[in-house]
Amino acid sequence: MEQFHQTFFEESFEGLDAMESNLLELQSGNSDPEVINTIFRAAHSIKGGSATFGFNEVAKFTHVLETLLNEMREGQRAATPQAVNLLLESVDVLREMLTAVRGKQPIDTAQANATQQQLEILLDSAAAPVTSSSTLKASTSAAGWQIRFRPKPHLFMSGNDPLRILRELGQLGEMHIDVDYSALPGFNNFDTETSYLGWLLLLTTPRSKEEITEVFAWVEEDADLTIEPLAAQPLETVARQGGDRRVSDERRAAGVESTSIRVDISKVDMLINMVGELVINQNILQQIGEHFETNKLDLLQRALGDLARNTRELQESVMRIRMLPINVAFNRFPRLVHDVSQKLSKKIELKMSGEGTELDKTVLEKIVDPLVHLVRNSMDHGIETPEIRRTLGKPETGTLLLSACHKGGNIVIEISDDGAGLNKAKIVKKAVERGLIKATDHLSDDQIHELIFLPGFSTVEQVSDLSGRGVGMDVVRKNISSLGGSVEIRSESGKGSRFTIRLPLTLAIVDGQSAAVGNEFYIVPLVSIIVSTQVKSGQVSLVAGRGEVFHFRDEYLPVLRLHELFGAKPRDRDIHAGLLVIVEGDGKRAGLFVDELLGQQQVVIKSLETNYKRVEGVSGATILGDGAVALILDIPGLIRIAHQRQVA
Amino acid sequence: MAMKILAVDDSASMRQMVSFTLKGAGYDVEEAADGKQALDKAKGNKFNLVISDVNMPVMDGISFIKELRTLQDYKFTPILMLTTESTDGKKQEGKAAGATGWIIKPFNPDQLLATIKKVLG
Amino acid sequence: MEAVATKQNSGDTASIVTTTGLMQYLTFSLGQEDYGVDILRVQEIRGWHQVTRVPNAPAHMLGVLNLRGTIVPIIDMRMRFHLEKVEYNPVTVIIVLSIQTPKGTRVFGIVVDSVSDVLDVTSKDIKATPDFGTTVNTDFISGLATVSERMVMLLDIDKLLSADELAQVNAAAAA
Repeated sequence: MEQFHQTFFEESFEGLDAMESNLLELQSGNSDPEVINTIFRAAHSIKGGSATFGFNEVAKFTHVLETLLNEMREGQRAATPQAVNLLLESVDVLREMLTAVRGKQPIDTAQANATQQQLEILLDSAAAPVTSSSTLKASTSAAGWQIRFRPKPHLFMSGNDPLRILRELGQLGEMHIDVDYSALPGFNNFDTETSYLGWLLLLTTPRSKEEITEVFAWVEEDADLTIEPLAAQPLETVARQGGDRRVSDERRAAGVESTSIRVDISKVDMLINMVGELVINQNILQQIGEHFETNKLDLLQRALGDLARNTRELQESVMRIRMLPINVAFNRFPRLVHDVSQKLSKKIELKMSGEGTELDKTVLEKIVDPLVHLVRNSMDHGIETPEIRRTLGKPETGTLLLSACHKGGNIVIEISDDGAGLNKAKIVKKAVERGLIKATDHLSDDQIHELIFLPGFSTVEQVSDLSGRGVGMDVVRKNISSLGGSVEIRSESGKGSRFTIRLPLTLAIVDGQSAAVGNEFYIVPLVSIIVSTQVKSGQVSLVAGRGEVFHFRDEYLPVLRLHELFGAKPRDRDIHAGLLVIVEGDGKRAGLFVDELLGQQQVVIKSLETNYKRVEGVSGATILGDGAVALILDIPGLIRIAHQRQVA
Repeated sequence: MAMKILAVDDSASMRQMVSFTLKGAGYDVEEAADGKQALDKAKGNKFNLVISDVNMPVMDGISFIKELRTLQDYKFTPILMLTTESTDGKKQEGKAAGATGWIIKPFNPDQLLATIKKVLG
Repeated sequence: MEAVATKQNSGDTASIVTTTGLMQYLTFSLGQEDYGVDILRVQEIRGWHQVTRVPNAPAHMLGVLNLRGTIVPIIDMRMRFHLEKVEYNPVTVIIVLSIQTPKGTRVFGIVVDSVSDVLDVTSKDIKATPDFGTTVNTDFISGLATVSERMVMLLDIDKLLSADELAQVNAAAAA
């Protein structure tokens, strides 16, 4: 059974998400019956699954929940705000229960019981029995039974077969069968689809009447049936205790992280098709190769062209398997905004767009926390209370916009609000207090906004129970850049703020530019290159204690000579002979000195650490077209090295 | 020739469990996630037995059974519904739609196999 | 470059020893000396191929190679054992080995002068490593096998790797 648990948990968590978003729909007045139906179905599936897999507490809890939902579905009960709130709470309880069960941890029964009690109070009755099999039954037994069984003519139409029933009865004891042919019509009127026969059965068995009746359960309505004792004698029997107790076996080593992925079947079908084409392709090439003549050159070239196309398509499709819609990350926000705005007594409307935009599963999982932080930040600090908004002449309800779209090889996520915007004066004051800038520094608006991303900026004052949690914007930026992405802010006082996050679609592929360092080649991720330039005389100067710096747009960037760092022999040590690649990462910039820049290409990122180890300044490796390995530069790491050298 | 069974349930874990159990017992099993999908599969195949959940999106079990029974190929095919004790009324509704019988959730693989064997002999 | 021989790494060394008392070693030469590695650790043998240098690695760590899509580090055994350097030639080979570590299987290649053959060694053929004055650090030698007049030094690749930077840095990364 254990092998299905993973799937059960996955679909149950999805079901809970669906319940949650539909409950919120219900709360906001959507009366589409499909909304409550969806909620019911999710609860129903969780109940069925948890009972089947032996998670009895979950099943018990969901049973009550389901009963309540069924009443709503049948229109016997209104979905009052209180009821919906309680249902939302139940979703939370279930989520915790399932998380506990998945981690083989004990369930917090106190919380579950409390919520269950509230549900039961709402149901306005005592809890319904969960299973009937565990109740005691008094029953009559006999030496055997005399059974008259005459199916109605239409019995076959339900797919039932009297022979099956006779066979089953025969297994319960010794049986004597008399067939009643009386209803059989003449041959000409005989209809093969109609049941004409009846039976008188004498069954000698210790089994109870209930057990005999059970055999006929499916056809009770479709037959005339009498069951009478052969020689009656009352007997008390106790039905066996039903239900399995599997839970105890399952308290083994915990492994909670989700390592599997559910893939749309159409994506798999597409892959299979492509592999099929590749096989055909290979056959063609083999045929050409077996008897090669120069006049087949055309054919060969065409086949190779096909091969290139198929391979590229296959690669894209394989990558697409890892792609999930960003909705997986977005779907928690309606609930979050609902809860938080209540807590803050603010009116906030959440608008989302581009929920179907796909991105890599790993990126998706890692972007959730930064997104939550930014959304909370907007609700907490951005959008004002209804009173303030009214005095400002803004609509009482603030708008929070969450959007995603593809741009180039990136996914761009924007979180914007029509709130107060960043308070520049306050930021500058704080930054001066924290020693991040001098009071005399003159900063542009953008530079001031950038300050909030500096480590050590986030202050206690700013940390509320909502967006605080001791995590600052610096962590948000760090997390995003660890995914190879960037985050920027635009803010206008009184009008609102907009955070723009740019992320690579996948961590597995990067657009790179080859850079030659001596006779070696390194891949520079294209996204981090600002510009590359040939250094003119006077642009690079040697500053005491800071090494070489390059004067670039009002900034003095540290220069890192890659050949020195990597111990390679450069073609020319003269800084004017090679190229300076200005790169940016983690909000900082540096100039990398290389001999030459070569072509751009998409490269598949491979880990160097699987069999070797982490190498400073290198984020991974890739395999070039000729099969050789090239190392990919770790730009944020290199910039860090460059700046550390400056300080040192 | 192995008996062919169509397992219909919107819950993937339930489907997998049914399918895994039945395959282990030597049956050929096809899966469908809702009534509509199941109907399409049933039309392109001849199944010896159909097991279907009741509550499903797109097309629920009851409508599915009704539709399936109208097909010539499935006039007499055993169709079992998967129900829970809380949906007692569904049993009769299912019967009226043409279901042969039902399997009550929760069930374990042994119970499932025992029921299937009963039906398929 | 085509692999000249492959051998699936499977099974458990210990069980083979206890059931038959026989172990198989792939022998290779480094200069005048013969070495052997447990054949169960050998994943494949391939001809020499240009590697990509990895910055700031020890000299014997030649670099990395693409082994059917995996990046595999390559160690020069002559340099590792401080033997005289020679030019790589057509018989120079890379023996691809795999070892089990707590972090999973790790694959790496060693460059040797040439491979010789597979040697059947019974436990009685193996003698403890004498403290002889070779250039080789005897720490990496698990024993000395003498089979039909040939003396083969049996290489302990787990020790070699754990003494090597590979495993060390790995442990640091795990911490």
